[in-house]
Amino acid sequence: MNLDELTQTSGEWLRGTGPESDIVMCSRIRLARNLNDFPFINRASRSEKGEIETHIRTAIAAVSDNLAYLELNQRSKLDLQFLVERQLISREHASADYPRGVAIGPHENVSIMVNEEDHVRIQAMHSGLSLHDVWEQINALDDQLEERLSYAFSSQLGYLTACPTNVGTGIRVGVMLHLPALVQTKQIDKVFRALQKINLAVRGLYGEGTQAFGDFYQISNQQTLGNSELELIRNLTEVVPQIIEYERTARQKLVSERRQHLHDQVSRAYGVLKTAHTISSEETMHLLSSVRMGINLGLIDDLEIPTVNELFIHTQPAHLQKIQGTPLEVDERNVARASYLRSRLSNGRHTEAN
Amino acid sequence: MKCMKCAKVATFHITDIERGKPHEFHFCDDHARQHLAPMADSSDKPAMSEMAKALIGSATEAALEPTPVDQQTCPVCQISFGEFRSTGRLGCPHDYEVFRDELMPLLENIHEATRHNGKSPRRAPRDPKQQTMLIQLRNDLKRAVAAEDYEMAARVRDKIKLLEQELGR
Repeated sequence: MNLDELTQTSGEWLRGTGPESDIVMCSRIRLARNLNDFPFINRASRSEKGEIETHIRTAIAAVSDNLAYLELNQRSKLDLQFLVERQLISREHASADYPRGVAIGPHENVSIMVNEEDHVRIQAMHSGLSLHDVWEQINALDDQLEERLSYAFSSQLGYLTACPTNVGTGIRVGVMLHLPALVQTKQIDKVFRALQKINLAVRGLYGEGTQAFGDFYQISNQQTLGNSELELIRNLTEVVPQIIEYERTARQKLVSERRQHLHDQVSRAYGVLKTAHTISSEETMHLLSSVRMGINLGLIDDLEIPTVNELFIHTQPAHLQKIQGTPLEVDERNVARASYLRSRLSNGRHTEAN
Repeated sequence: MKCMKCAKVATFHITDIERGKPHEFHFCDDHARQHLAPMADSSDKPAMSEMAKALIGSATEAALEPTPVDQQTCPVCQISFGEFRSTGRLGCPHDYEVFRDELMPLLENIHEATRHNGKSPRRAPRDPKQQTMLIQLRNDLKRAVAAEDYEMAARVRDKIKLLEQELGR
């Protein structure tokens, strides 16, 4: 697999299609699995990690020709950061320094991390709200791998994981939401507290410990033991439409009560993105978030959602450097980012990159 | 991941920018609310009782000293319960058996459940005892090599090969 080719697209989670895709960026499920005859990663020696990787890699190759395997140990920092930005590997997986890898499916809607916190972390994602489709896909893949790998499993505790917070189903069912109006109307804390009460966790764009850049939030289950996979999926499937409704109501409220203010904010955001000569990643995300909401509310009519989604990812540090074809320092990146945004947003309507 | 201020699971992951540098915080519900209190409505400020609870929480945290339980070690992967407590990561599948008495209350606390109710592997698992044995033998091998006891290492390696063949590796 040639990573540079991936820069031509925005990846599954930013495709901008599927049900409720004005608010739900993507639906994602991951499963944590471990081999039964090896220690967990933090107690495995380097050579054991190598053996674990070989076993799993062989199983992956036997399951499908469509999964491209990348050894991560030989990859540059830039490549690793690039994969993190595309949500194909985690930040922890990127920063490790022992034998490990990732298998990536067509359209990037499946990735299998090998030797992350657990031996196997399977992830599937679809654009928009479609958790049941994601479950069907990941469940089938899990079955196929399990025919070839002997997983650590106990009848009482289910799949055994390195961290007890994942034991049982080993599942994390999540959706990534774009909630700019709830942030702006300062109702987001209230929503989080309500979610907290029903045991759902809220995270920023790039997982644990990351800030909610661009008003993107990931909402997922945090209990993995006791409920079945389908029950956990149902919990989320029932709650997410309510959050969507809150966000829509908040947007309508902004439109009806503060239309001029909102229109001004959206237009200024658009204006800065079109004209800036140096701009940070954070500011870009912040402004793109306003623009994205502006398009969804009909306040901007010469730009389309897929373009904005693409700009979210193409202006991330590693993507920008890949697109420019050269490593850049922070200051140089800010200049390059501004220049890229100007070129993509000038001359009226732009839809897809070439 | 544990809350930075108490033993509960961290469910809020907050990054604050202070003087241009990001600071990460991982908090449970209560501590996240305290952290975010200045931003919230005045009516949402934590009650005195919660403040008191948090204070007790941090006091006990500070007083945590190694207990006999912490020194208990898994015979298979050699991890001690104390190491698990400080890192939050177990060393091998067998730990769930060895530290069972300590882990069950923790699982109850995290998941409000202690019994799996979801998917199981489709085919019958290979003999778990033999697999645990494999982890242990590989550990023995490492130690024999480290001690330069190559006779022992050769013997252990033969055992590993035999077991691996039996398990169809």
